[in-house]
Amino acid sequence: MLLLRRRDIVCQQAVELVTDYLEGALSRRDRRRFEAHIRACPNCTAYLEQIRITIELTGTIEPEALTPEARAELSDLYRRWRSE
Amino acid sequence: MDDALLSRLQDGDEEAFVTLVARYQQPMLRFARTMVHTQAVAEEVVQDTWMGVVRGIDRFEGRSSLKTWLFRILTNRARSTGAREPSHAPIEALHSVDPSRFTTNGQWADPLDRWTEDSEDRLDAATWSPMLKAALDDLPPRQRQVVMLRDVEGLSNEETCAVLDITSGNQRILLHRGRSRLREILEAALREG
Repeated sequence: MLLLRRRDIVCQQAVELVTDYLEGALSRRDRRRFEAHIRACPNCTAYLEQIRITIELTGTIEPEALTPEARAELSDLYRRWRSE
Repeated sequence: MDDALLSRLQDGDEEAFVTLVARYQQPMLRFARTMVHTQAVAEEVVQDTWMGVVRGIDRFEGRSSLKTWLFRILTNRARSTGAREPSHAPIEALHSVDPSRFTTNGQWADPLDRWTEDSEDRLDAATWSPMLKAALDDLPPRQRQVVMLRDVEGLSNEETCAVLDITSGNQRILLHRGRSRLREILEAALREG
């Protein structure tokens, strides 16, 4: 029992494992410990959800539109590069 | 989209090139800015990349995605300018979460907010996109590069490692720090809002 307790991870460790967990980079044993912790801990469940939402929102960042001038300039360059 | 573009590009279709430029010019510029010191040099590097693309497209065998190939060329061109990555970056945080948020036993001192249920409106992308963009620009260059490739451009772990020529483990550390920081900024903004 004492040994089992020792192997439990605490919240401060769990937050450091989140990316390795999402990347599938944890060993089977560490993944089990991480998942057991998440199941038992509402705060770390919330944290994992926050990270997922952060990733999702980062994915919504739209590139700025290209100015017509920049586009025209690159078209001109394209023709030059092709003809060289 | 990129696969169809590729064969048109190889046929010398200018319209396909313009489409590619419209899609990637700004992301490439922002990415180049993480590697060189000035906007002017970044613009040169991106233009140089496009030239490399036009001249090298016939040799592109499609072993990687077109996007990976683009960013790979960009990275090589940026590095070949001899510029060191900008060094004015803030000191990198060693902790994903401020240690003061935990008790001495390593447990959360205060409950965390749930973002799922009631925060959908508050987390509207149009509102948070500019803020996240600014937060991304404040990340140390290497973290920014990895987060841009992974979470903005949607490259895989392997593709990102190939672009930046880093190990998978290194990639994960940079990704972890970058994402942790962005979460922290979103959290602070949500608490203020």
